[in-house]
Amino acid sequence: MAAQPPAPAIATSASAATPTRGYWATVGRRLMRDRVTMACALVLALILLAALLAPLIAPHDPFLGRMPRRLRPFGILNSLGMSDNPRAILEHPFGTDELGRDMLTRILYGGRLSLFMGVTPVFNALVIGGLLGIVAGFLGGWVNTLIMRTIDVFYAFPSVLLAIAISGTLGAGIVNAIVSLTVVFIPPIVRVSESVTTSVRTLDYVDAARASGLGTLSILRVHVLRNVFGPIFIYATSLISVSIILASGLSFLGLGVEPPNAEWGLMLNTLRPAIYTRPEVAALPGFAILVTSVCFNLLSDGLRSAMDVRI
Amino acid sequence: MLTFLIRRILYVVPIAIGVTFFVFSLVHLAPGDPLSAVVAGDAPREVVDMLRAAYGFDQPMIVQYLRWVARALSGDLGRSLATGRPVAAEMFAAIGNSVLLAFLAAAIGFTLGAILGGIAGYAQSSWLDKLASLIAILGVSVPHYWLGMVLVILFSVNMNALPAIGIGPAGSAFWLWTRTDWSHAILPAVTLSVIPMGIVTRTVRATVAETLAMEFVQALKAKGLPGHAVLLHVVRNVAPVCLAVMGLQFGYLLGGSILVETVFSWPGTGFLLNDAIFRRDIPMLQGVILVLAMFFVLLNLLVDIVQTLVDPRIRRG
Repeated sequence: MAAQPPAPAIATSASAATPTRGYWATVGRRLMRDRVTMACALVLALILLAALLAPLIAPHDPFLGRMPRRLRPFGILNSLGMSDNPRAILEHPFGTDELGRDMLTRILYGGRLSLFMGVTPVFNALVIGGLLGIVAGFLGGWVNTLIMRTIDVFYAFPSVLLAIAISGTLGAGIVNAIVSLTVVFIPPIVRVSESVTTSVRTLDYVDAARASGLGTLSILRVHVLRNVFGPIFIYATSLISVSIILASGLSFLGLGVEPPNAEWGLMLNTLRPAIYTRPEVAALPGFAILVTSVCFNLLSDGLRSAMDVRI
Repeated sequence: MLTFLIRRILYVVPIAIGVTFFVFSLVHLAPGDPLSAVVAGDAPREVVDMLRAAYGFDQPMIVQYLRWVARALSGDLGRSLATGRPVAAEMFAAIGNSVLLAFLAAAIGFTLGAILGGIAGYAQSSWLDKLASLIAILGVSVPHYWLGMVLVILFSVNMNALPAIGIGPAGSAFWLWTRTDWSHAILPAVTLSVIPMGIVTRTVRATVAETLAMEFVQALKAKGLPGHAVLLHVVRNVAPVCLAVMGLQFGYLLGGSILVETVFSWPGTGFLLNDAIFRRDIPMLQGVILVLAMFFVLLNLLVDIVQTLVDPRIRRG
């Protein structure tokens, strides 16, 4: 259940010759050897970098629409003959959207909001839910009952429904979407934190620490937090992919980001009528969501096996 | 066992109270006066007060809540602000369509997931395992609303083989069990099935692998039991976990179909919810969410009961 605590202390005679490594060094070595995870980390780093540097590297203004140029096709070869000006062929390598805005530019800019809206709710939920779960697990008793029974109510809603219920009531907007997704991810994180903390709290070394006169806060800090953080963190990373899909899904429904902002889900929504004329352009933002979400999932799986966490 | 069942069933009551309270408070979470959807901004005060009294918004919160619950219990979910029709009647028409879509998606997703996961768990680290794991990862990572669009592009726009929207021939709002109706259901059902497919694959794979590593499997093989008989033992041990996951997934299919129903204009509860949101039709919104959440609560109860019946270890615990 719990994260494996640093365990190199016992050196048997067989391994005595090799120097023992710390836990994080072992995790790092395992990650470096895992080619799939490293590739995903690289792709995500590139996506993040492209999103951050969008104002510097994007070829056009993300908001500037030009109707005569609307719905240009994807790819350089397809654009041949679209314009007399030979330079114009290279102008929109990813085509243009329904208002003639450059797709490459908007995909780059879209990454900013899509990543931000996907990661922020999970981070918020990690802080709030982790705190609630650790408190519930560590204190037990009526505090545990109060927190866990409240969380049970939220478990009565399928996650998509809960997100849409809150977002739909609060109305469209970036903040509302983040609030609703935060509420969606708090319950599962509380459950995991509570169960991990409960199992750590009852371990012998915690009793030993208490018997040796260590204060509650010190026990919490030294013996509990250090051991529960790994599993809770890994669980949270596994939610990022869902969060990105849901956040873009809210924008796709018209609930999250509002036009004319660039966000992958919203772009997918406004390009829906174009599936009959420029399907490859209309599908592009969704492909960006897919790649990001696959990479986050594989990265989370890799971290989990590298950190040897079982939840 | 009986005490466990009774306790589990009674536990539905506080959950249900919590759910109704949450759904009720949605009205007051909404920005602005709940009356703003029905009254013009420049309406005279008397009219506003009269409507406020008519809707019961002048009563204290707790009275409003109790009245709302009492009416909901008798099957009256109020009237839609947009159409004036009873919410329950609109729900009744839509929920059948949603359940049908969820059943089709579950049939596809669970079957594929069980097969892929079983193969992957049995042939660990082989190329089959890697392929199945790849499919599973794609299944859980794909934005399904986008997959719906891609399938429409491929099968409706390019190949002109399957209809892109609706539940039947133009204007039809009900499922009629004809061939055209089936062809309308294929794309949305496949789209909706990818997530449960991925999740079931991963669960079955992990559980099968875990079970195969247990000592009793070694013992069965050692005593010379043929492969298919060992498989039977493995299935019996894997089944409870997988049933639980499938049960939950079915609930997610029903509650989470709003995106797919929107892409395919499938006249189910998700479509209704989408309409309600954009018309700011709060009674409709509350009604749909309440019914879907209650359904999910009962489904969870059912899953727990079935799991207890199937797995004797839980019964004793």
